[in-house]
Amino acid sequence: MQGESTQDQWVDDHAGPVVRPYAVTRGRARPVGTFDLISLVTATRADVTPEAGLGPEHMAIIGLCQRMQSVAEVAAHLDLPVGTVRVLLGDLVERSLVQVREPRTTAGLPDDSVFEAVINGLRAL
Amino acid sequence: MDYGHSERPAGAAPLPTAIKILVAGGFGVGKTTMVGAVSETRPLRTEEVLTETGVGIDDLSGVEGKTTTTVAMDFGRITISDDLVLYLFGTPGQDRFWFVWDELALGAIGAVVLSDTRRLADCFPSIDYFEGRGTPFVVAVNCFEGARQYRLDEVQAALNLDPGVPVLLCDARQRESSKEVLITLMEHAMKTREARRGAAAATD
Repeated sequence: MQGESTQDQWVDDHAGPVVRPYAVTRGRARPVGTFDLISLVTATRADVTPEAGLGPEHMAIIGLCQRMQSVAEVAAHLDLPVGTVRVLLGDLVERSLVQVREPRTTAGLPDDSVFEAVINGLRAL
Repeated sequence: MDYGHSERPAGAAPLPTAIKILVAGGFGVGKTTMVGAVSETRPLRTEEVLTETGVGIDDLSGVEGKTTTTVAMDFGRITISDDLVLYLFGTPGQDRFWFVWDELALGAIGAVVLSDTRRLADCFPSIDYFEGRGTPFVVAVNCFEGARQYRLDEVQAALNLDPGVPVLLCDARQRESSKEVLITLMEHAMKTREARRGAAAATD
């Protein structure tokens, strides 16, 4: 149960530099999903017509993620803090404009093939 | 028959996998240099803005008006294949940003602890951190010009390392040398994982 004052406080204390004002006014406190730094983002469409609620940063993410990019790369290329990018990605996931693949943990890897592929890939560099 | 590890329909594109390696060590030891030496592009920089609650343990005297802190992380990318990407993250060098490491270290396949024999103590916190978390790591001694050369067993003893932890010399500016460090780390991480699986199976 969130009272009006609690929401105001969240915006004042935590959102200021992290969340862009237009995102905050849409009333969401957190992005959907966790968005690890190396979660991989891919745009689901080649081209998107600007629509209500999508800002230039959203469009920039879609353009950038025509090729698979990590959350960290999106933040670096857009020159925005990671926290801001997580909220923007949440918007895009809600609209199914991007797909986000969370990384697997080492324990979750089925076998050694990933390790072997990385070792061979590094040798071939 | 159940092909337990496959979660995708036959014929679908392979699932993209991203893996993360950390490059840690004291301030100025060459973390970003190493990231840049092996990455396919120049190192990128990403910033996390931390609010006051996150920096509560900081000594803010002199900057009392400051309510946020920006932590910058340099990172690079090595595309192994269409569906496998390796990311290298340089950890923030300042001790006071350790709490960011937890997010960075989460899911990391392993870590390189870069050290400088002229300031060996600078890498103690990184070693303690990865030992505590159980993250596989190697110690790479960055050979700075003019620094006295030590034998690897001397470094190993000085750092009081577990005998299984690989220690190697490197030149963080050189791609080949940095590649060798990463390959050694991957091999060590693979062995560590196998050993843990064996231990887990034995207790089942």
